[in-house]
Amino acid sequence: MTPFTYERAADPAAAARAAAQPGARFIAGGTNLLDLMKLQIEKPVHLVDVSRLPLNQIEATQEGGVRIGAMVRNSDLAADMRIRRDYAVLSRALLAGASGQLRNMATTGGNLLQRTRCNYFYTPGLPCNKREPGSGCAALNGQNRMNAVLGGSEQCIAVHPSDMAVAMRVLDAQVETINADGQRRVIPIADFHRLPGNTPQQDHNLVPGELITSVVLPPPVKGVQIYRKVRDRASYAFALVAVAAIVDKQNGQIASAKFALGGVAPKPWRVAAAEQALSGGDIHQAADALLAGAQGHGGNDFKIDLARRTLHAVLTQV
Amino acid sequence: MQMSSPAGRNPIDDNRQGLIGKPLDRVDGHLKVTGQATYAYEYTEAGPPLYGFVVTSTTGKGRIRNIDSRAAERLSGVKLVMTWRDMPQQGKKEVGAAPQLVDDKILHFGQPVALVVAESFEAARAGAALVQVDYEPVHGVYDLAAARPAARMPRPGLQPPDSTLGDFDQAFAGAPVRVDQTWTTPHQSHAMMEPHATLAVWHGDQLTLYTSNQMLTQAQATIAHTFLVDPSQVRVVSRYIGGGFGAKLQVQADAILAATAARRLQRPVKLALTRQQVFHVTTHRSATIQRVRLAADQHGHLLAIAHESWSGNTEGENSYEAAATQTRALYAAPDRKTAHRLSTLDLPVAAAMRAPGEAVGLLALECAMDELAEKLGLDPVELRRRNEPTQDPERHVPYSVRQLIPCMDEGARRFGWDRRKVKPGQVRDGRWLVGLGMAAAIRSNFLRPSHALARIDADGVVTVKMAMTDIGTGSYTVFTQIAAEMLGVPPHRVKMLLGDTEFPAAAGSGGSFGAASGGSAAFEACEALRQKLIALAGYDPDKAIFANGMVSDAGQSRSLASLAGAEGVEATGDIGPGETGKAFSQHAFGAHFVEVGVDTDTGEIRVRRMLSVFAAGRILNEKTARSQALGGMTFGIGAALMEDAAPDLQTGVFSNHDLAQYHVPAHADVPPLEVVFLPEVDDKANPLKIKGIGELGICGAGAAVANAVYNACGVRVRDYPVTLDKLLPHLPAQA
Repeated sequence: MTPFTYERAADPAAAARAAAQPGARFIAGGTNLLDLMKLQIEKPVHLVDVSRLPLNQIEATQEGGVRIGAMVRNSDLAADMRIRRDYAVLSRALLAGASGQLRNMATTGGNLLQRTRCNYFYTPGLPCNKREPGSGCAALNGQNRMNAVLGGSEQCIAVHPSDMAVAMRVLDAQVETINADGQRRVIPIADFHRLPGNTPQQDHNLVPGELITSVVLPPPVKGVQIYRKVRDRASYAFALVAVAAIVDKQNGQIASAKFALGGVAPKPWRVAAAEQALSGGDIHQAADALLAGAQGHGGNDFKIDLARRTLHAVLTQV
Repeated sequence: MQMSSPAGRNPIDDNRQGLIGKPLDRVDGHLKVTGQATYAYEYTEAGPPLYGFVVTSTTGKGRIRNIDSRAAERLSGVKLVMTWRDMPQQGKKEVGAAPQLVDDKILHFGQPVALVVAESFEAARAGAALVQVDYEPVHGVYDLAAARPAARMPRPGLQPPDSTLGDFDQAFAGAPVRVDQTWTTPHQSHAMMEPHATLAVWHGDQLTLYTSNQMLTQAQATIAHTFLVDPSQVRVVSRYIGGGFGAKLQVQADAILAATAARRLQRPVKLALTRQQVFHVTTHRSATIQRVRLAADQHGHLLAIAHESWSGNTEGENSYEAAATQTRALYAAPDRKTAHRLSTLDLPVAAAMRAPGEAVGLLALECAMDELAEKLGLDPVELRRRNEPTQDPERHVPYSVRQLIPCMDEGARRFGWDRRKVKPGQVRDGRWLVGLGMAAAIRSNFLRPSHALARIDADGVVTVKMAMTDIGTGSYTVFTQIAAEMLGVPPHRVKMLLGDTEFPAAAGSGGSFGAASGGSAAFEACEALRQKLIALAGYDPDKAIFANGMVSDAGQSRSLASLAGAEGVEATGDIGPGETGKAFSQHAFGAHFVEVGVDTDTGEIRVRRMLSVFAAGRILNEKTARSQALGGMTFGIGAALMEDAAPDLQTGVFSNHDLAQYHVPAHADVPPLEVVFLPEVDDKANPLKIKGIGELGICGAGAAVANAVYNACGVRVRDYPVTLDKLLPHLPAQA
């Protein structure tokens, strides 16, 4: 761990200002950043502790949705009665993630900003364009069982590991932020994370110093909410494939469905054409559209078939 | 005493106080859960220590061109950067030393290349990141299958690498029913809780190492050889150990580098490996490729057995995974052969991990038996029953005690084995396909030389000292029970002192021989102490009884405290293997029964039920023995379904080198496990008539899981671990 300075931010605007300086990072629950700092993968020179900011409320919005403070812990969010009743997919996704201890520390904002768990990202000294731009991607021809089959590039096939974000994607969540100049903006969850392209070191579209203040969920929608996470062990494992879905059935037929994949791409993977295809009633066509362009790299080839089968299982179980 | 003949009746058989077998709580449990048990990294001696951090190779094979440590040395708090150029003269590996930073050669990824010592752990780690190592990499071989053609016959380990009896090839060729399949098992990491750690302190030429090591007497010798000093100048202390599973059998870089730096800087030095480093700096279990051939007549009698195994190790290492060894003793067949071959792999050093040999060997053999049973149309239990040998089929000596059939029968009855459908894929429970599987367990039983000292003092407290270890298995507790039972005192009047080479030399914990070796030494010392006390009291040795802190004979009694007097009385005892080891084939046996579910859509595998029956000699403590069995069975679930240290084939790094990515079972993966011990005493094994149980639980457990997976869904996966991707292509199509 390299030496760093530390401050506890007084309010969100001050936090954003403090974090705009080069080499600064926010720290909230620290469940990912501290590990990365120990391994010298993240080397912040300044930490801005946002964990005590008054952003830990879950409130109703005027529109009929909820606003989740960025500092709301994953455990608390999963246990919230409104979330369990109206946004069950989110509660289920959270409880499928990490471990009880980690969920007690991890925050809503931090969960969105956690970094990939690609083995090579975690092995300093080996090529990784996300860790060290220009060094190459050891996963492409390496042990890539956990890596992406969608949305990757020649530069990077890392997966975004969040379960929570996949649920938020089918819920059409909006990420609210404040930047160093005190300006606020709203980023649809679909535009929050980036595909790697030629800049795999950038996971998301926040600018330096921009702080997530909350995540807003729109009013609840009709339908059965499901989060199905497929993994190698029953707990404390990242998804091989996850499916978040909200399925509305009428007269025994699927009237509409929203669904997204986790564990297969650098961001939650949702495709409008797939949901349109499903409204025609054809699960296979929907899966084709969702998985269009999917490409395995040897160790992760199976994820394509697994995603298809898991989607099928989820959509037919309702 | 040597085990030259079967043990006669003794106070352990009498069990007058009923302490033997009693499920006594761990005597060190309170210390552990209240944080008062001191582990290696928690010691302080001779003032505040310096902290070491190891710099490890980021290349898989090659040579160090240059090491630039200037930036690290400039860092505030850094006291020393040591590379191979700075090392003092060290003993050579060939004479049993464990030298570090030997030269500029890189044999594997993660090999230590430098040590940074600083005033704080954080500074040492930051300094380590600043050390610039320039490598000249060369092509390495990281894949066992690729290295297999160049495999060689290793030098003998505990047993010769090869064995043959009769003419296997001819018998196999002419047999009516045959199985010929190849299984592969991956590299595995011990994944014990406590990473390797050491505090090294020199007082003049005397070295004390507080370290985490399973075999202190051996460690003392290794360290003395390495530093070219006499063993009497080395003291090794390991009072509490956070698990080992074999990872701490050898002295590792943490101990040697800490001691080297401490000597040079004249300050105590603490050094702990990180979890990621444990994967590479220390040992792992090698991957194996195993070909098993079984031939039987139409009635299910085995005619021929062959088991050949290939494993890998680093250049200069001879240790091989003895995966075919148990096949020499498990089933009868006239014509047989086993063979082990070793390939050089440019990977970290491979060595023993829990049940070396059997743990992975039975993953092949016991699945081959399942395949044979299917071909014969025989129940897997019945097939094994029909091939029960009357004596060790290769050594032609009797078994000491062999209760495989009773284990299978008891397990089958309790588990409801008769409900198993012969044809796979027949049982559905919602989205799950459900299957049952079984496998036999066998684990060799050992006895190693051990010494103990027992004494009693005027306060009536019995003290026993041994350079034994308790790696979390419960050794402190079972030794306490033995001493208390022998001297007729309650367990809280026994002070059991382990984990220090100041005490009499002992076997240590490994190969499941700890309880037998250390326990028998303690027994012998206590027996000698009894005789001294009887003599002091002037009683008849054949009639004297020890109970309630007294020794009594024909209505008279004396308190042990009064006999001890101000000086106390002490005695020593020892144990060593003898003729009974040669004259009898000694193994513990068991049978596992498992129910798994396989998700029809995704191929996820979950163990739903598991019951294992063991026959492992006398059980010293029902509770700690059961815990050992539970741990072994859980290990077996992990070996079958998830453990896989996957080397990157470009660089030889174990790519998933932490406990988030290297999967061992989580609680949610382990259903309630049932453990049954059959009554047994083995008088050929040792005076306690016990057998090792630390490793038995894992033996065959994974094979039972894999056989259950087949019964559930009809897919045989012979490439461990059995993960869902290997089932997926064979699962039923969706509507």
